[in-house]
Amino acid sequence: MPELVVLWTDALIFLLIALVLLFGRLAASREHLRAPWRTVARSRMGMGALVVLGVYVLIGVTDSIHYKPLLPEAERSAGVMHSNEVQSLLDYLLTPLREQQEKTYSAPLATHLYSKENIEQADGQMVRDYPRLKYGGAHLQDPQQDWAADVAWTAIIGAQEALLAWLLVVGIITAWLAHRAGRSFFQQCQQILYSRTEVPWRVIFIMLGIVLLAAFTAANLGVKYHLLGTDKVGEDVLYQTLKSVRTGLVIGTLTTLIMLPAAILMGIMAGYFRGWVDDVIQYIYTTLSSIPGVLLIAAAILMLHVYMNNHADEFASLVERADLRLLFLCIILGITSWTGLCRLLRGETLKLRELDYVQAAQAFGVSHFTIIIRHILPNVLHIVMISVVLDFSGLVLAEAVLSYVNIGVDPTMNSWGNMINSARLEMAREPIVWWSLMAALIFMFTLVLAANLFSDAVRDAFDPRLRGGK
Amino acid sequence: MSDVLLRIKNLKTWLGTGASPVRAIDGIDLEIKKGETFALLGESGCGKSMTALSIMRLLPPVGRIVDGSIHLGETSLLDLPENRMRNERGGRMGMIFQEPMTSLNPVLTVGTQIAEAVCIHDADPQQDIKARVVELLKEVGIPDPEQRFSEYPHQLSGGMKQRVMIAMALAGRPQLLIADEPTTALDVTIQAQVLALMKQLQQESGMAILLITHDLGVVAEVADRVAVMYAGQIVETAPCKAFFQTPRHPYSRKLFQSIPGRDKRSERLAVIEGTVPPLDQAFSGCRFAGRCDVVMAICHHQIPQWDQYAEGQGVLCHLQGGAEATVEPPASVKEHAVAAVEKSPPTPLLSVDGLKVYFPIHKGIFKRVVGHVRAVDGVSLEIPVGQTLAVVGESGCGKTTVGKAILQLIKPTAGQVRFDHDELTQLRGEALRRRRADLQIIFQDPMASMNPRMLVHNIIEEGMLAQGIGGQAAERRMRIEQLLEQVGLPASAADRYPHEFSGGQRQRICVARALAVEPRLIICDEPTSALDVSVQAQILNLLQALQQQLGLSYLFITHDIAVVDYLAHEVAVMYLGRIVERGTVAEVLDDPQHPYTQALLSAVPVIEQAGRRKRIYLQGDMPSPANPPVGCYFHPRCPQAMDRCQKSYPKAIVLSETRSVSCLLLEK
Repeated sequence: MPELVVLWTDALIFLLIALVLLFGRLAASREHLRAPWRTVARSRMGMGALVVLGVYVLIGVTDSIHYKPLLPEAERSAGVMHSNEVQSLLDYLLTPLREQQEKTYSAPLATHLYSKENIEQADGQMVRDYPRLKYGGAHLQDPQQDWAADVAWTAIIGAQEALLAWLLVVGIITAWLAHRAGRSFFQQCQQILYSRTEVPWRVIFIMLGIVLLAAFTAANLGVKYHLLGTDKVGEDVLYQTLKSVRTGLVIGTLTTLIMLPAAILMGIMAGYFRGWVDDVIQYIYTTLSSIPGVLLIAAAILMLHVYMNNHADEFASLVERADLRLLFLCIILGITSWTGLCRLLRGETLKLRELDYVQAAQAFGVSHFTIIIRHILPNVLHIVMISVVLDFSGLVLAEAVLSYVNIGVDPTMNSWGNMINSARLEMAREPIVWWSLMAALIFMFTLVLAANLFSDAVRDAFDPRLRGGK
Repeated sequence: MSDVLLRIKNLKTWLGTGASPVRAIDGIDLEIKKGETFALLGESGCGKSMTALSIMRLLPPVGRIVDGSIHLGETSLLDLPENRMRNERGGRMGMIFQEPMTSLNPVLTVGTQIAEAVCIHDADPQQDIKARVVELLKEVGIPDPEQRFSEYPHQLSGGMKQRVMIAMALAGRPQLLIADEPTTALDVTIQAQVLALMKQLQQESGMAILLITHDLGVVAEVADRVAVMYAGQIVETAPCKAFFQTPRHPYSRKLFQSIPGRDKRSERLAVIEGTVPPLDQAFSGCRFAGRCDVVMAICHHQIPQWDQYAEGQGVLCHLQGGAEATVEPPASVKEHAVAAVEKSPPTPLLSVDGLKVYFPIHKGIFKRVVGHVRAVDGVSLEIPVGQTLAVVGESGCGKTTVGKAILQLIKPTAGQVRFDHDELTQLRGEALRRRRADLQIIFQDPMASMNPRMLVHNIIEEGMLAQGIGGQAAERRMRIEQLLEQVGLPASAADRYPHEFSGGQRQRICVARALAVEPRLIICDEPTSALDVSVQAQILNLLQALQQQLGLSYLFITHDIAVVDYLAHEVAVMYLGRIVERGTVAEVLDDPQHPYTQALLSAVPVIEQAGRRKRIYLQGDMPSPANPPVGCYFHPRCPQAMDRCQKSYPKAIVLSETRSVSCLLLEK
């Protein structure tokens, strides 16, 4: 059995998932919590974005299950059964991508390297040419002739598989919906086709189709070629971008998780108690927000760096080390970004505490703590919700910027910021290497766009000013 | 040329689309003659404001006019293209709104805003625009118009802002002025000023006024003709005098009966049972049938026809000419007779002595205290067991602060609050927490006083839990259901959210919540002023019945004299943080001694022409409590002020056992 390894960020991610599930159960039983989410579920834009986000989350979660693989029989020694290297489930699934390392740069779907080398031919003659890749398109006899047909054929097979998978999934969901609504399967299909269902299933299915198409084509092509090319050391760029998904998600979600308790507690306390409590908290956050965030982050990360170098023996593996640095980055980003939400909550609480129902509770002799939990917190939750989803995309982008200036995640860790950072040199190279940057941008852009569209839908549903009327 | 200025025929305005649009206005006809004041009377949600917006064609995006015609003079307003309609708005038709605070742009000076209206609608190149603005300001009775020209809205009081709004509406020299609840947000003394101004302007310019209001008193004061609206239809039209003598429609009659007052003191107020039917349906019978007490079989399945029984008088009812014959209210109404004001033994339950609440004013970087807002400045009062003391006064006089200071929701700056031998201001922590069960509060806005995210059950339970009464969960549940029944709600209400109830029902829930901890004194902070007249009657009935059953004492904070007259035993009149006059209801309301009380009472619009007091118009507004006048606080506005009044604040002069007045006029 492989030995399971739970990294710090893994633990927090699973905690977050547990919290979300718990909240989901709670919300299901309370009408006022359920109603806005139902509005979200009816929004076409929101649900379309959710499908895309779901794919990202799936990638992120599979990448968060870490383990130490078993050593091959031959290398085992007494007591040492496991490799020292920590892998994730995603690594395992992407084994072909991970292991098919070329020598250096190669363009997307290429069969030859991107730089000329001296090649010794069968007759002993040295020729300076682009050598064939070790893995990419290695099965082709004559790349010049077969390449286009092979790529097209592989893509078509992928598309067909995608279609089959899509039909299967859509069929199951439609059958389930038909069963629930008490309609026949055919009627349910009609309902969905003419977009008459409450939840916009048509949009969801279309998005699902697009996602499956992309996934299956990429999978088929990725095994035979390097779909997005390789980087300087010949590592597959598709693999790197997929690994970066987790980093982006972790930064986007854990930072909020870390800052939320402080922001909520401090914001509500400042607004509710007023007086010196308010003064102290306001003083803290005005001071904190007037220090340039980047400086604070740089200082903290460099300190951590020094600590890690001095205590190298405390970290069992490179992955653990990089993980700690990631967690630390989340904490630092959290510390610098809670002030905005705190300020919002303080203002809202100032308003709420003057409301009659809070006064009525005071007149009953209800304790301050109970009033905060029962009356204030539920009534500011919509602000928390809106700012959490809005902050997410900002944080993903922040990671890219920080890694670009070298104070982000560990250089050994895959992240879009690191990819963009290394692309700095590649862009200056002649001929230009564009695919690393492009791949990072496309993946990041899709995630941020989906997150933004989804947060728009959430805000529309939760913002009381936009509610009503209809 | 006829003398009809505005003619509306079969106007239908619907809100929303889809399967069941809300028929906000469902076929109304009305005519307004030149130079008359036409009042559109109705409760909230009956479509009065929608009518005004339809005339101006300023409906919200979801609203649309589906049928009918509106003619202003010879022009058909509904056929005009938008650019010509813009000339009519503010040109021949002016409009003023309910809330003067939000109707003016806070970042522009008053002069600029009026000048804008002048430039658009009264563009005369020879004329100096500023001169015209100043003239307008003078016309609406604003002192120092030249200086006011360059002031911002926040520098003006509410009454002044409403005058500015009227000046803007007058800029285009309109033939029709639509006034949508123009005085609802104002105090009675200011309301009297504004109504008098509108009347005077009308006489000078001969314009017609469409006055939209829910206040029968205001209608009686100023209107020439009245139309009563109910559920999107006009149910009765009549000249003002005839209407107040004999209202014909059962709904109109019910409205009159539900107005509280002295003469109804010993009886339950008539209430209109049930609620207005939802308007998203097509009706097949009379809309009022479900709530009418003279309902006949025909009412339920046949839509009544408009019955024009005299020139300019009509009623929408199956009873011919309305229901003159059945004016006598059902006998059962009287059964709840109160044993009138019997003298209870003078054991005060609550006695407040020299209560002061000052709010510090901070200034500068170090937030030094530079002064105080004297919200409550030495108030003394007593409430005996089982009696009601009403505190009346205009907004900003500190009456709500008194209530909250008694409850210790706001810490008093000085003074004593003795409740049943306990000094509340000295109580701390657990002792105070336990005492809180005895004193409860009901707020003005029932929606804001309940957490929208809690079930009614949890809302009522909260106090019981905090006070640790009511035993186990099952017992509490029984008690809650019992409380809900006591306030006239079904037990099933416990498992619903506050927003599922109507305004009156919500206020009942608030009463139930207060009762849950078995209080002995309830502070009612304007509990009915956010409600319609007919709903107000329900709540007042409930409060009175509870007082008899449970022997509760009330501190009733209000600005509505009619409610005081109906419910209270004693009255205290407040002005600028101090009580200027107090006594029993009969003493104070029949024979007011303080000039302020006299002015306040005279400003209240009354329905009976005979009972109208001689109107005393107060000049100006209430001064700021941060900087009260030297001497008697009232002297700058007092019509009977003397030199001595500026010297020192007059002491309370005790006239009888129950009566005291703070005025130098009464000093011998």
